[in-house]
Amino acid sequence: MSAPAAELVNTSKRYGEVQAVQDVSFVIEPGEVVAMLGPNGAGKTTSISLMLGTRKPTSGTVRLFGMDPKDLKARSRIGVMLQESGVPGMLRVAEIVELFRSYYPAPLATAEAIRMAGLEEKAKSLVKDLSGGQRQRLYFALAVCGDPDALFLDEPTVGMDVEGRRRFLEEIGALATKGRTVVLTTHYLEEADQLARRVIVIDHGRVIADSTPAAIKARVAGKRVTFSTGTRPDESQFAGLPLNSKQIEDHRVRLLTNEPEQVLRELFRRGVEIQNLEVAGADLEEAFVAMTHQQTQT
Amino acid sequence: MSTVTARSATAPVLPMLARQSYAEFVKLFRVPAFSVTSIVLPTMFYAFIGLGQAKEPLFPGSAVTFGEYFLASMALYGVANVMVLGFGISLANERGQKQDLLMKSTPLPAPVFFTAKALSALAIALISIVVLGLFAAVAAGVQVDASQWLTLGARAMLCSIPFIGLGFALGYLAGPNSAPAVTNLIYLPTAFASGLFFPLRLLPQLLQNLAPYLPLYRGAQLVWDSVGARTEGGSIATDWLYMGAYTVVFFLLALWAYRRDQGKKFN
Repeated sequence: MSAPAAELVNTSKRYGEVQAVQDVSFVIEPGEVVAMLGPNGAGKTTSISLMLGTRKPTSGTVRLFGMDPKDLKARSRIGVMLQESGVPGMLRVAEIVELFRSYYPAPLATAEAIRMAGLEEKAKSLVKDLSGGQRQRLYFALAVCGDPDALFLDEPTVGMDVEGRRRFLEEIGALATKGRTVVLTTHYLEEADQLARRVIVIDHGRVIADSTPAAIKARVAGKRVTFSTGTRPDESQFAGLPLNSKQIEDHRVRLLTNEPEQVLRELFRRGVEIQNLEVAGADLEEAFVAMTHQQTQT
Repeated sequence: MSTVTARSATAPVLPMLARQSYAEFVKLFRVPAFSVTSIVLPTMFYAFIGLGQAKEPLFPGSAVTFGEYFLASMALYGVANVMVLGFGISLANERGQKQDLLMKSTPLPAPVFFTAKALSALAIALISIVVLGLFAAVAAGVQVDASQWLTLGARAMLCSIPFIGLGFALGYLAGPNSAPAVTNLIYLPTAFASGLFFPLRLLPQLLQNLAPYLPLYRGAQLVWDSVGARTEGGSIATDWLYMGAYTVVFFLLALWAYRRDQGKKFN
């Protein structure tokens, strides 16, 4: 029985006054592809930093392959892409990949790492001359060049162009089929859905959902029903309806539901005066925000 | 996961150190603002200040020529300049660009990283001495024998070591924008006050009193001594002792500054 790739046990992290991560526990088994999803500032990056050992938990335990994340033996088994981290601009792409390879016990060939990142044509360029998207691909090359068992990717597709993104998702898929563990953060549900078989939703430093993308989608998908009411709506008028979320501002009501027909039928039956009715597909981002919103209120 | 257990747990350190040192060297060398000033500046000073009066006695009645004195001075100036400015500014810049963030999550051991940085700077320091020596020998016709050249080179390189610590400390204490100003503000006046540009006895009394406590002054006595151009009395042993003490102090300062920075970022 091999140790989990990463493990957080009742982990909290506080930066001064800010509680970034609050009593979070989860286990990521080897070979899992996990997306950590949540709005900006939800605690995704902090969670990743804790798993990498670049941040110390205020309380609780973090293990990487059963070891202290700071242990070089543990670090030798992971590759990382971080947000906003810099790389030396005066090295050439191939040089820096060579350099990073030397940190790992059984690295990929330099050319292979560069190919996976789609940087073949830029191998001889200085890092400082790369575009934002190319730089992001370089980070990917640096993450995979050690042929790691687990990859930690913080917002990996930010700044990538369409082609870069497509290729990146393909390569991640290929790594997953080879049994590599992949942990990535994103705020695109689509991306999580495409790659991961498990989604951990984080908001305000807490895990608010941890299940398959399908299950998450079922919770957040649905229709957006918006209307105004003549009189100020009463909370009790919405009691017992199959709603994912409900926002009432003065006379304006916004509902998210998977069963709009039933909800509307019931509202009419209850005699709610409905004006300016709109029913539309909730876009995922919105539905997701609604879901996190709803969770923090309950 | 049998493939996982079959391979060794971490990468071998020596190839890592070699790659890292090469990368650090290339990084420094490819920045003209650094490599040109480090390698060419001491020689340029020599050309401007030393060349015209190379054959003249250091001061009336002195057996030492200004050329010899200034050669040793600039050798020390050059190597210490590489350490203080090379480390100070490049480290502060790297921190400013958050390069340490990515490095911190790789399995690169911190001692390998720092050793590589020190080695790369030593290599550039050595180049600066060689360029200066060649210029002094060819253009200025300074004649010192082979053993003196070697002693001078070796002492200058040894004397650069405490400044590695100082450079590290400044690199972790100064911000990326203030680093060039701070390092220059510290380095240039102390080089002057230590008598590297003009013999100490030509400087104001205040500086003459202060100089013996400056690390560059002690280093300077050692390099001057190697070409027979020692300006003040005192013994080599005392000078080495001072340099040793400065090495300890500066490295402790560097360690403190490093820990302080890491504590802020990675806690």
